[in-house]
Amino acid sequence: MDNYGNTKNFSLDDDSVVVVVGSGAGGGTLASELAKKGIGVVVLEAGKLNQRASFIPDEWPSFHQLAWLDERTTSGSWRIAHDFPNLPAWICKTVGGTSVHWAGASLRIQPHEFKARTTYGNLPGANLLDWPLTREELDPYYARAEDKMGVTRTNDIPGLPGNNNFKVMYAGATKAGYKKCSTGRMAINSETRDGRSHCYQRGFCFQGCIFGAKWSTLYVEIPEGQATGHMELRPEAHAARIEHDQNGKVTAVLYFDAAGKLQRQKARAVAVAGNSIETPRLLLLSESSKYPAGLANSSDQVGRNYMRHLTASVYGVFQKNVDMYRGTTMAGIIADEEVFDPSRGFVGGFHMETISLGLAFYAAFLNPGAWGKEFAEAMEAYSRTAGMWIVGEDMPQTTNRVTLSQGVKDQFGLAVPNVNFDDHPNDIAMREYSYQRGEAVYMAAGADKTYRVPPYPSTHNLGTCRMSEKPEDGVCNNYGQTHDIPNLFISDGSQFTTGASENPTLTIVTLALRQADYIAQQMKANAI
Amino acid sequence: MKRETNIESAVPLAGLKASRRNLLKGAGMLSGTLALSSTLAALAPGRAWALDMKALSSHQGRVILRFTRYLYPHPSLEDAVYALVVKDLDDKASADADSKNTLAQGVAQLDQIGGEDWLKRSAALQEIDVASMESTNFFKLVRSTAVVSLYSNEMAYAHFGYGGPAGNTGYLYKGFNDLTWLPDPPPTASGPIPPS
Ligand SMILES: Cc1cc2nc3c(=O)[nH]c(=O)nc-3n(C[C@H](O)[C@H](O)[C@H](O)COP(=O)(O)OP(=O)(O)OC[C@H]3O[C@@H](n4cnc5c(N)ncnc54)[C@H](O)[C@@H]3O)c2cc1C
Ligand code: SF4
Repeated sequence: MDNYGNTKNFSLDDDSVVVVVGSGAGGGTLASELAKKGIGVVVLEAGKLNQRASFIPDEWPSFHQLAWLDERTTSGSWRIAHDFPNLPAWICKTVGGTSVHWAGASLRIQPHEFKARTTYGNLPGANLLDWPLTREELDPYYARAEDKMGVTRTNDIPGLPGNNNFKVMYAGATKAGYKKCSTGRMAINSETRDGRSHCYQRGFCFQGCIFGAKWSTLYVEIPEGQATGHMELRPEAHAARIEHDQNGKVTAVLYFDAAGKLQRQKARAVAVAGNSIETPRLLLLSESSKYPAGLANSSDQVGRNYMRHLTASVYGVFQKNVDMYRGTTMAGIIADEEVFDPSRGFVGGFHMETISLGLAFYAAFLNPGAWGKEFAEAMEAYSRTAGMWIVGEDMPQTTNRVTLSQGVKDQFGLAVPNVNFDDHPNDIAMREYSYQRGEAVYMAAGADKTYRVPPYPSTHNLGTCRMSEKPEDGVCNNYGQTHDIPNLFISDGSQFTTGASENPTLTIVTLALRQADYIAQQMKANAI
Repeated sequence: MKRETNIESAVPLAGLKASRRNLLKGAGMLSGTLALSSTLAALAPGRAWALDMKALSSHQGRVILRFTRYLYPHPSLEDAVYALVVKDLDDKASADADSKNTLAQGVAQLDQIGGEDWLKRSAALQEIDVASMESTNFFKLVRSTAVVSLYSNEMAYAHFGYGGPAGNTGYLYKGFNDLTWLPDPPPTASGPIPPS
């Protein structure tokens, strides 16, 4: 029988293990780090093991292979609820999670962004808070994460060579007066490193990198963890409920195995890293007479403050070919707008990053629901089109929220998550401004025409179990340890107190490294 | 001119077959011929193509194909590509009675608007008819299927100039940075190309 590369198997009754739910950027890294310290770890991953060789270089077929397609519902005034009512987020259900099809942009959160409440002040409607962490405290872990992930422009690793899409961005950015435009910091090998190939500019970062040039827990952290003999990966294992004892400490995770059979894995501690929709869902599904509002939810903050980054895209149409699909999907970054400058009419900053979609996704996302001549014209110009994506800080709001859907159940009979979202006025002001700046970049590069494209289903999902200094303001402390239950941890982007303007994964990995040290130390001290 | 070749092996045609009239399965059939100048001819082993349908009649297939041409009007895009939309709708109709009804009703409604056969109406009126159907379930089903089927296939990729995976070896030595109408960014902003 396929043992998924495991060199060690734990018994269901082994209550000495740490159970990690999810094998993505957060869970995969944490599990591997704990295993390297000799701690027994069982990783429960809902998705299948899809290895690199099986990736499909065609957008829709790949989507059906890798994406999380279990039912979800939506509400609120965001356009996603209308266009993609059952697809609030575009994330993965596969071993390696969304690190399989992330683009690799790896930026540190800026010092002032960790102090969002102090820096931005009191914004009506925004539930802003400072992180209980500073950039200085995280820097050593950031450095470790960058080294581990092989981030370009760190550790003497050269930048990636820019593709056509980047040439257009660079020309426009410099003409529009921007100074900070480059091929960025990417967790994609620009040269062979750590036994992984350099990038071949194939252009399917969103479909999984067959060359392994791009960092992913699928082929970096998870095999390393398995090789220690202290970690067992269980694919097709969908966590359904976390159990606790009379004292309130968690003791086991109930999960559905590949055959749909319910299993109970005992645990000394549990770390949840299911990405920011599934993580709060699992805590809410685990409600009990002791914890009627769900686990770790005495503050009533579980599921709240859901953030998805501002996001928007601008595409520019030129007279000559761009062929944006060639090469890395995120090939360049403009960083000048990352600053805090309220004279622009909003707080928080944003980045502009090249993006390319293949023909199929360009059609699906350009203007969902559109048809007719204008749409057809945009499609005809596909090969002459350049694209950028805007990643900005959106405001945490208590009503932007993941809850359990009333009456809608998944294939296991579990309540599906509902994602409610409305833009904050600050988000709307920033999006308008950033659209104008994106258009200015492409016009400066000589575009005939530009298109404003609305946010895609969320790829960055954050904040639903946030870190806070005080237990009443959030769900976990600055190690991701829940305020209510000392042996229950949050290990993914749900921990983010605020969203910042950087793509989140480098920070998710950094927090996982720090958390691994903390869990090991707490176990050693018998505190958990 | 028909070349009778074994088209099952022709992956790019994605479900369409060469015209083999004797292989009809009882339901409808759509067929056509690629234009001589078509860039798609290179992808197809023969110029004649045919689609055997499981649930839709030939007339329904033709009406839906024409309807789709107004939804996503690409004058030089071959009917063979639009036929892939009909194929996916036929699959839906054969799998699900609701879809089949929706399609049948929509076609009937169009035929009624058109007097008897919507296909005989003038192009100007057909265009207006399509717009007038926007709130119907028929329109929604055809549009939401078409936006995927029409643009997610090898023939469309060739027509619109999307290179896809280009033999899986990547564009590093095959034009990822071949744009010459703008200056190259300085090396500090970009990075070295690994030696081949
Ligand atoms: C197209 C795209 C491009 C992106 N590009 C970038 C980028 O350039 N830079 C960047 O920083 N970020 C990027 N991201 C975001 C990045 O992928 C995520 O931030 C990151 O993967 C999140 O890590 P995670 O561990 O929180 O969740 P994930 O990586 O999503 O992992 C969660 C895992 O948990 C599993 N799971 C969920 N629920 C359960 C359950 N109940 N039981 C068992 N398993 C469960 C899931 O199947 C999944 O495998 C991108 C995302 C997408 C979609
Ligand atoms: S462009 Fe590079 S990193 Fe992206 S999938 Fe291709 S080889 Fe991998």
